[in-house]
Amino acid sequence: MAGATLFGLCAAVLIGLGVFGLITHPQPLRKILAFNVIGSGVFLLFGAIAYRGAAAGMSADPVPQALLITGIVVAFSATALAVALLLRLHDETGSASLSAEATNKEPSGGHDA
Amino acid sequence: MIDLLNVGLVVLIVGLAVWIIFARETFSAVVAFIAYGLLLTLVWAQLNGIDVALTEAAIGGGLTGALLVGAASRLRLTENSAQAEQSGAALKWLAAGVSGAVTSALAVCVLALPDPAPSLAQEVAANIDRTGVGNPITAVLLAFRAMDTLLEAIVLLFALIGVWSLTPDRFWAGRPGIKQSADPNGILAYVARVLAPLGIVVGVYIFWVGADYPGGKFQGATILAAMWLLVMMAGLADAPAISRRTLRMALVLGPVVFIAIGFLGVASAGAFLAYPGEYAKPLILVIEFALMPSLTLILGLLLLSAPQRAAEP
Repeated sequence: MAGATLFGLCAAVLIGLGVFGLITHPQPLRKILAFNVIGSGVFLLFGAIAYRGAAAGMSADPVPQALLITGIVVAFSATALAVALLLRLHDETGSASLSAEATNKEPSGGHDA
Repeated sequence: MIDLLNVGLVVLIVGLAVWIIFARETFSAVVAFIAYGLLLTLVWAQLNGIDVALTEAAIGGGLTGALLVGAASRLRLTENSAQAEQSGAALKWLAAGVSGAVTSALAVCVLALPDPAPSLAQEVAANIDRTGVGNPITAVLLAFRAMDTLLEAIVLLFALIGVWSLTPDRFWAGRPGIKQSADPNGILAYVARVLAPLGIVVGVYIFWVGADYPGGKFQGATILAAMWLLVMMAGLADAPAISRRTLRMALVLGPVVFIAIGFLGVASAGAFLAYPGEYAKPLILVIEFALMPSLTLILGLLLLSAPQRAAEP
């Protein structure tokens, strides 16, 4: 089970890196990327646990693996929604910043009729 | 030998994750993310999760990567002003502390996992024959934990509704994405003509073998969605206007059939989403066939994002 421990520790590092990026990056797109890194770390941790659960002639526990597939698809849909929100913000304000001054300063995109 | 390979993989993945987080340019971080997704696919293969590896390659690396590349190139003009914005040193130290704490807590948990590991594999092995499906993951997705899969399909649909509701008023009911004007005799159109039929065969095959071997509707639907997007990028077809009634009906078909079969279970087997005895396999097939087109359309349309142009006559 050395493989499971190795990948589990790798997952812990990935989650930590993602948390760091999510907090420190001011740009929303970088936050979305960091969020996806956290997500993949969580999935990897779950996958390592599924791998440890190999039994009954199966090479891994199929229940967590099936939930992982669900999780990956849901993470994609959340990312798509986040990106759509960001692009709309960009269209409306001409900037892709979350800070209050930047959005107030340059309302160049104009509003809808 | 195998362990050396795993260590190498882990080093590459952590290196790429560092690059994703610390790269100066957003675009190069996104490119690193795609490579990162593909390397994770190899990890899933090492962890005996071939189904997960297929999903990760198709959705985690592929679709998410394409989505982020599109967003990064649309936001490119804001890159300079965005780079000028930086978090303060205090926040960085705080974030480093939080991330270190999270990592060490998780690492302690990983090292303290119980041995022998708890597993539901026995339960699955004992009951898989009653579903008539050979692939244990498909059995979990569509029989033992069918509720999760139903809710997942609905989450996808809601995400699409959320994305569409971000459409500016003047483009409402328009077509998503930008109008592609690729050369009809160019190499992209040629690739789309040659690759799309092959891709459709591969997608349907992966969908079909999912009952007994690694594969399934999500992976197959992603490949079909990718082929659809390729054809649209090559200018051979245009995205449908989001107000089209047939499109909307196709989008809800899968979840509606799934819910209807769920209620059928209440009447015939005494529980929501329970399958009556010998009809388990046919019902699972009906659900998969109904979900497949809906998932393909939803995944493709999520990638195209909200409409940015009015529907032309």
